[in-house]
Amino acid sequence: MAVTDAPRIVTARLDHADSYTLERYLATGGYDGLRKALSMTPASVAAEVDAASLLGRGGAGFPAGRKWSMLKKDPVTYLVVNGDESEPATFKDHLLIERDPHQILEGVIISAYALQVTQAFIYIRGEFALGLERMEEALNDAYRHGAVGEDIFGSGFSLDIVIHPGAGAYICGEETALLESLEGKRGFPRIKPPFFPAVIGLYGQPTVVNNVETMANIPWIVTNGGAAFAALGEGRSTGTRLFALAGHVRNPGPYEVEMVKTTFRDLIYAPSLGGGVREDRELKAFVPGGVSAPWFGPKQLDMPLGQDEVGAAGSMLGSGSVVVMDETTCAVRASWRITKFFFRESCGQCTPCREGSGWLERIMYRIEHGGGREQDLDLLMDVCDNISPGVTWPPQQTTICVLGPSIPPSIAAAISMFRDEFLVHIKDGECPYD
Amino acid sequence: MSHFNTTNATRARQLIALYPEPRSALLPLCHLAQEQDGWLRPEAMAEIAELVGVTAAEVRGTATFYDMLHTEPIGRYLVSVCTNIACILDGATELLSHAEARLGVRVGATTADGLFTLEEAECLADCDHPPCVQVNHRFVRTTTTEKFDELIDELKGGGRAEEIPPHGTLVRIRRNGGLRVEPQRIERERARAASSAERAG
Repeated sequence: MAVTDAPRIVTARLDHADSYTLERYLATGGYDGLRKALSMTPASVAAEVDAASLLGRGGAGFPAGRKWSMLKKDPVTYLVVNGDESEPATFKDHLLIERDPHQILEGVIISAYALQVTQAFIYIRGEFALGLERMEEALNDAYRHGAVGEDIFGSGFSLDIVIHPGAGAYICGEETALLESLEGKRGFPRIKPPFFPAVIGLYGQPTVVNNVETMANIPWIVTNGGAAFAALGEGRSTGTRLFALAGHVRNPGPYEVEMVKTTFRDLIYAPSLGGGVREDRELKAFVPGGVSAPWFGPKQLDMPLGQDEVGAAGSMLGSGSVVVMDETTCAVRASWRITKFFFRESCGQCTPCREGSGWLERIMYRIEHGGGREQDLDLLMDVCDNISPGVTWPPQQTTICVLGPSIPPSIAAAISMFRDEFLVHIKDGECPYD
Repeated sequence: MSHFNTTNATRARQLIALYPEPRSALLPLCHLAQEQDGWLRPEAMAEIAELVGVTAAEVRGTATFYDMLHTEPIGRYLVSVCTNIACILDGATELLSHAEARLGVRVGATTADGLFTLEEAECLADCDHPPCVQVNHRFVRTTTTEKFDELIDELKGGGRAEEIPPHGTLVRIRRNGGLRVEPQRIERERARAASSAERAG
């Protein structure tokens, strides 16, 4: 399927229609990783994950093993798993939650054992009604199977897991907002320092927060060894990663490919993957890692899908979402819609983000809808500068969390790549693509 | 008298017992209230407040932060049309206009018969099937205006009840494992830790 012969790690089971059932899971090696982990010491399980050099799959890309090692020693610690996927055009966690919930559970149980945590929470985006039902059913089956609960597989290790439904708020994907939400509050991000979850997390106790795709990799890593995972990919970007490909491609979809050894061109054009731009049109631009990331153009197509490689080129792999825009796309409309999203989802705590997102959205709206003014481009960049000083990459911030600095990149990218298009909108008083 | 019916009052207690602190059950209880009533009634918010130990204003203040919790009545079917980046590249604007015309309401409004509420949604994470539409948070994948109309006709005729329960019903699977979780356990562990720290100190 992919362009290299790397194994499929997190999507191996998905060809089966019943991939979400315990029966299928057990018939395809399910919970073997957990049995193996329970025969090892917790420290040696953590060492395998560290050796795998598994980068967090949520968006920030922090090494999972290092995150675990930072957990403050305390009699009460928690593991919280982030399944609140809502970065626009990201739909990989949605797939894993609905189609392979046991794989996530097994990863959570192994991780809890490695961390010696006895209570874990899996926060699932509320809009995933089917995913929530699949997770809840899988959890019931896992309890019955003895894979979770008291004295797991006779090992003496006990763990309880709670599936927690969100209720519709993008900001709850931010780890400290997620903890607030899990405590029954509005999803207001906490300021770091001092509220690093590893030190002061859920209910004030040290907490590890990991993404569901990160968890889904753990059973394979334990079964096959961290070294086997680290042998895939290159440099710091090891293993495979599940990319969500959307927009103007022939075959939009989720694709698990080997990191670094695969390029954006492969992902978008390979017949077994994206299959090329629809109707053989020209590629105009693409979003390389979620709408918080600066856009790339055709020149960056041969960039490898690696965290450091994309970072050095001035953007990020972020949430693993790639959105392709062809030549018929209006850059103003696309970046306006992204800005509108951040305006709607700003939690409202910090002035630069709350007010700035609204100003930016209104200016972008009027340019797209024929009311643009000559000085608007400078005004846009000035407002961006107030949210994220210098509008640099990686971004500076004037806000508690990174939602604020996520607003300017698409605007700045659209203006720098397609300035003429903005000027035509303003001069003609209408969208040339209408 | 409890606003939750007998079955839901029991479920409410079970939900609270899953968490080390009762307030964590606030969102699950709001979902439960919506399942019972279709929306979040003031009486339900007052009772949730009592159950988790906060004020009714705190429940309302929290609930109104979240898009899925409705403090005003909405239709039996909540129709959500995504217009975010992947969908707007593939006809979402047109589909949303069509939905307004077909249902005869603007975004945010409910049809006169109380059947449908239309909303413009942010990304629903089903971007390989654009434009993405959910009804009561079930992915229906009506990517064309024709398919959209067929679905609306079916729902009007009472169809697809298995797949799409009335608004508010989110998770139909009842948890039946691990219900022995004791909320006091964490407190006990903390007290033990504190006392051993004291001894050590």
